[in-house]
Amino acid sequence: MHIVDRRLNPRGKSLENRQRFLRRMKGAVQQAVKRSLQNRNIRDVLDGGEISLPIDGMAEPSFRRGEGGIADHILPGNRAFVEGDIIPRPPGGKGGKPKDAGEGDGEDGFRFVLTREEFLDVFLDDLELPDLAKRRLAETEEETPFRAGYSVSGSPSNIAVGRTTKLAMMRRVALGRPRREEIEALARQIEECEDEESRLALEAKLKSLTEKSRRIPYIDPLDVRYRRFENEPKPVAKAVMFCLMDVSGSMSEHMKDLAKRFYLLLYLFLSKRYKKVEIVFIRHTDRAEEVDEETFFYGPATGGTLVSSALAAMRAIIAARFDPAEWNIYGAQASDGDNAHSDGNLTGQLLREILPLCQYFAYIEVGEEGGDSSVSRSPLWMLYDGIRSELPPLSMRKVCRRSEIFPVFHDLFQKRDAQSRVTP
Amino acid sequence: MTMTVRPRERLLFEGADWDFATLQRIHDACEEIALGELGLDVYPNQIEVITSEQMLDAYSSTGMPLFYRHWSFGKHFAHHETFYRRGMRDLAYEIVINSSPCISYLMEENTATMQTLVTAHAAFGHNHFFKNNYLFKLWTDAEGILDYLDFAKGYITRCEERYGETAVERTLDAAHALMSHGVHRYAGKTTIDLRQEEKRLQERRAHEEQMFNDLWRTVPVGKAKKPGDIGLEKRRAALGLPQDNILYFLEKSAPRLQPWQREILRIVRHVAQYFHPQRQTKVMNEGTATFVHYKIMSRLHERGQISDGNFLEFLKSHANVVFQPSYDDRRFSGFNPYALGFAMMQDIERIVTKPTEEDRTWFPDIAGRGDAMGVLRDVWANYRDESFISQFLSPNLIRQLRLFHLYDDPEQTEGVLVSAIHNERGYLRIRRQLSREYDIGWTDPAIDIVDVDLAGDRRLLLQHIVMNGCYLQESDTKLVLQHLADLWGYDVLLQEIDSSSTVAKEHTASPRKIAQ
Repeated sequence: MHIVDRRLNPRGKSLENRQRFLRRMKGAVQQAVKRSLQNRNIRDVLDGGEISLPIDGMAEPSFRRGEGGIADHILPGNRAFVEGDIIPRPPGGKGGKPKDAGEGDGEDGFRFVLTREEFLDVFLDDLELPDLAKRRLAETEEETPFRAGYSVSGSPSNIAVGRTTKLAMMRRVALGRPRREEIEALARQIEECEDEESRLALEAKLKSLTEKSRRIPYIDPLDVRYRRFENEPKPVAKAVMFCLMDVSGSMSEHMKDLAKRFYLLLYLFLSKRYKKVEIVFIRHTDRAEEVDEETFFYGPATGGTLVSSALAAMRAIIAARFDPAEWNIYGAQASDGDNAHSDGNLTGQLLREILPLCQYFAYIEVGEEGGDSSVSRSPLWMLYDGIRSELPPLSMRKVCRRSEIFPVFHDLFQKRDAQSRVTP
Repeated sequence: MTMTVRPRERLLFEGADWDFATLQRIHDACEEIALGELGLDVYPNQIEVITSEQMLDAYSSTGMPLFYRHWSFGKHFAHHETFYRRGMRDLAYEIVINSSPCISYLMEENTATMQTLVTAHAAFGHNHFFKNNYLFKLWTDAEGILDYLDFAKGYITRCEERYGETAVERTLDAAHALMSHGVHRYAGKTTIDLRQEEKRLQERRAHEEQMFNDLWRTVPVGKAKKPGDIGLEKRRAALGLPQDNILYFLEKSAPRLQPWQREILRIVRHVAQYFHPQRQTKVMNEGTATFVHYKIMSRLHERGQISDGNFLEFLKSHANVVFQPSYDDRRFSGFNPYALGFAMMQDIERIVTKPTEEDRTWFPDIAGRGDAMGVLRDVWANYRDESFISQFLSPNLIRQLRLFHLYDDPEQTEGVLVSAIHNERGYLRIRRQLSREYDIGWTDPAIDIVDVDLAGDRRLLLQHIVMNGCYLQESDTKLVLQHLADLWGYDVLLQEIDSSSTVAKEHTASPRKIAQ
């Protein structure tokens, strides 16, 4: 008998099969992931999660008998029946087998768990940050030295001995520097030489050789090389996302829900691209305040509307905590489009100040369910529409239905040529 | 045996912990009983300790330790994993492979008692069955299977490199769909030798490379024979029709397959054939293993090698394994092969050692013969589920399980007829019907390839003989037929022939354009 311990064998033998399965089911998985995004908290989504796929499309068919026809069954556990009894079929039952209740376990859909990475990969498959060229890789967290060839100058501790001697030898060979053995042999020859004439010739030769070896040094300063190091800065990309939401009385629960979904997608997206993502939640009525996630979405505040207050708060927070030289700043504003008439000028002015600091600013105008998402004549929309032509990183979309959130988001962030702009 | 040995010293293990030395002791103790007392005959054993994740892996690729890659195995893995993670389903305690050496997997999470149970069950029960049952002897090659699978895996990987993953996946999908109709049901002259298979392919490739001569391409072809001349019978004979092994037919005769596609069909066919005996011997195989583990564990306990506490733990697992819920129980989902097989084998043991008058009339050959193990070994070697049940399901067991027969005719509007119960009049009918339910010749739809229209559009004609008015499942049949047409390269027609020999239903499929 032979015992083998296989526990340390490479894990994930089925990984390849699993990936093939996901690749094959790509479309269905994408649908399922989108569906599973509903009803989740922003940060929960990052844990990946269980999704369920429709069973068709990955069926493995075979020739099988269908329903119908005469069927015989042998069953255990008879207590009451005698031969000749007729058991009435359950109403609506097809086969009449008295065991239909427990059947079909797990067949309605096919559930399984995606890892966080798989989940995000599927979700963000073809999205990208707009204006990539402008993206700043800010603040160097650490610098690591790496070998960068040789240099002719440097500190003595960094002399590259091997490279130096190699160069010296190449130079000596090339310039024909006489070898020491050669000179010694010549000197011995001169001592042993009896003939005056040839001795003189030899001495002349020796003289020229010694002169030559003095002219061509064993190691020349030209040969010396130093190991060169360069410091590589390790960039740490950081991003901050400002969620601005109007919570005035005109915003219904449905509108807040739409906004929440949009923020959720944006957060997911940013956290995939950046090492560090901060979120700032700002809600506003006629005055703005920075709040936590819970309060942001569920807090029962209400009042009039002054959009400028939120923008002013955003500007103040940027100035205080997020240096635009270090942070990639994103803004997402959700509103129903209402604003006090008197506030228009101030809002426009603030937005013009903020936009140059931002990588991207998305304005989502939320409407009531069943509204028309193609047009908007709200004061805020008109104002922003005017600014968009002057300052590029602003996109605007109007959304009325839940199902539109993903397409709109997708549209705003999909890969596109550097030239083309986001248009509503 | 001496009476003075203190039982405590002879325990194989204490508590639940185990190490490799314990496994060795367990195996040796089981072996002593299995070979010495039960007279079993087994392949050499190899025991592999694995983690639960690896168990899931093994599960998903039909229990084989190495297998080619295919998305469907990933699907099965994900499926099992979800159920396992949610705690809705336990993992199987064991997987055992019909190979020589016979490989049994033990999970590291198992307790020492469970490891003993699994060793007795798999390494001796299943192992003996694999080595001795006539179906396995005829159809499987225990020495060659692992090498063959290794070859198959490598071959398919090379195909993926050369012809692209998509093309290989399509071929495999199609082959898998036809897998259930890719076995030879009746033994031919040759026995299976998988090592030969592998060599054969290499030799043929080398030969082709040697013989290849580009000049031959320009050699003029002789005048083509008129295909119309060939008579129907001759044509069918030339193509080996009718043929129920669809994969075999395609591999040999499909006109548009590439050589590598034929080889993939061949691999899938060999795998299907390898598992064919297992499909026909579920009740017997599990029954044997359960009977053997029960015997061995009881003996170990009697000999004082397992403590009372651990034996109780075993009995609890054993009771779960052989639990058979009644038809009206929520947990009922058909017969439990472990329960039925184990009950029948215990019953045979009873008939052989303590027969009643009834047993003597029903089983004159074995009743009271005295050598239970001898009779069982003979049964294990020479029967499959269908013949086993039709020979050995006794009235006693029918009463004990309270079996009854339902006859469900859709024409009968009042309801389902109870046509036999566990009484004198019902025994034979119940036994015959239950045995039929285990006959895959009866349960699998009978589909034959009957003709090819060689003169015309090369359409392939298949027939399904409808039994009891039960037609093929519509949507699946469409999909399988599509795969079949893709492989065949021309149209395919499947006729369903009912009891009056008329065509009751037809399905057709045309090949999809596949960029090769």
